[in-house]
Amino acid sequence: MPRETQWIAAILLGLLTIATLIGAWMARRARPGNASVANLNQRTRSWWWMVALFIAAASLGRATSALLFCAVSFLAPREMLTLSPTRRGDHRTLAWVFFVITPVQYALVYRDWYGLFSIFVPVWAFLFIAIRCALGQDTRRYHERVAKIQWALMTCVYFISHAPALLDLRIAGFEGRNLNLLLFLTIVVQLSDILQYVWGKLIGRHPVVPRLSPKKTWEGLIGGAGSAALVGMALWWMTPFSPLAALLLSLAIVAAGFFGGLAMSAVKRDAGVKDWSHLIPGHGGMLDRIDPCASPRRCSST
Amino acid sequence: MIAGLIQLLTGVQGRWQGCEPNSRQRIYFANHQSNLDAPVIWASLPPLLRAKTRPVAAKDYWEKGRLRQWLANDVFRVVLIERSGITVHNNPLTRTDEALDAGSSLILFPEGTRQLAEDSGMNLFKPGLWHLARKHPEVELIPVWLENLNRILPKGEFIPLPLLASVTFGAPLRLEAGENKPAFIARAQAAVAALEASGEVS
Repeated sequence: MPRETQWIAAILLGLLTIATLIGAWMARRARPGNASVANLNQRTRSWWWMVALFIAAASLGRATSALLFCAVSFLAPREMLTLSPTRRGDHRTLAWVFFVITPVQYALVYRDWYGLFSIFVPVWAFLFIAIRCALGQDTRRYHERVAKIQWALMTCVYFISHAPALLDLRIAGFEGRNLNLLLFLTIVVQLSDILQYVWGKLIGRHPVVPRLSPKKTWEGLIGGAGSAALVGMALWWMTPFSPLAALLLSLAIVAAGFFGGLAMSAVKRDAGVKDWSHLIPGHGGMLDRIDPCASPRRCSST
Repeated sequence: MIAGLIQLLTGVQGRWQGCEPNSRQRIYFANHQSNLDAPVIWASLPPLLRAKTRPVAAKDYWEKGRLRQWLANDVFRVVLIERSGITVHNNPLTRTDEALDAGSSLILFPEGTRQLAEDSGMNLFKPGLWHLARKHPEVELIPVWLENLNRILPKGEFIPLPLLASVTFGAPLRLEAGENKPAFIARAQAAVAALEASGEVS
């Protein structure tokens, strides 16, 4: 594990310890049955698991990180596809998506076959899905069903698979420390999500897109994105970038995260739900945790 | 271990909406869409209850082939009943009566077969439930709604998809004094259907 990664792991565990202590203190002070304190503590507990799992998998090497993200890519589309009403004729197509296309994408990432993994889903899998669904001979809402499967694959598998691909990026003078990039991206995205929530709770007044997501406010966006980008800049020493470049990159990541999250909110709202599932206590589903990461993944690896 | 696998595949968690899981003798009756229905209900029970709960299924189907026989007899200890050629000596209710007398709880699909069409509701319930309710008034009848199993493993497919399923347990039903067969069966079917609204996967 690179030295910087060890530092970051120590800082994260420290922060989580502090959050846990504060949560315990708040739980003692709050009236019993206070829902937001309970939810906060539940979130913190889930964060312990996610951070531990992430650090363990990432530090064990490329194969385990590819496996971890492959597992994420397996759990996320199930949440999305469960909510998209596909039909009987799509059964075999979906079997291909889960059991062939997803593992193949990760195998390509693992083999570092960039030329193929960067087009495998958006070209080959897209065509394959359209053809396989047509062979199912059910034409009702055909176009819509195909699009839903394609986009579930795009967001949950293709975008996410670029995270472990960061580990293979060749940067002169940065060899052996690529884990830092993955960690940098993940920290900035997740922190921005948390800080937007916190700033929004504290001073949020003016919703950005009231009909889509009334809780996302300008105050939360500017405060959260700004402070996350500043933290990103402060973490420049773990990246190959200068402080200014780290700041600009963080801003790009945060913006992609915000807009990606909006698009995913629209999908959820269309399906009439608030959370993708109940997999992670306090957070909702796997997708609720990763949907702001999906689009920055692709941006930052290009 | 099999219960763990089923939970992993379907992410299923029992929602006890009208009753709590307890050790009283019960008949769980549900809508039927998939071969995974009974395993999913079984897996969403607490381990202690699993041991004493047996699915009821068609003998003609589950005695075909080694794998089915093994699953039916050794894994789920299925109560196999006849669907055709029923005579006095070959009454399907004899087997279920025996199982109930032995203290087992049962999982039952009163539709009698898996619903194939995607857009229509349930098939009409068959009257077996009424006979069981009359003979075993002490047994609680629990309506159960299964959601999404027809997408995970529909009839005629053999690869299960890892989509999410849900199981909703409703409030126990009782046979009222003097209630006749059609009225009770209609009420039982309505009780299962009523859970649908609350049974969305998320």
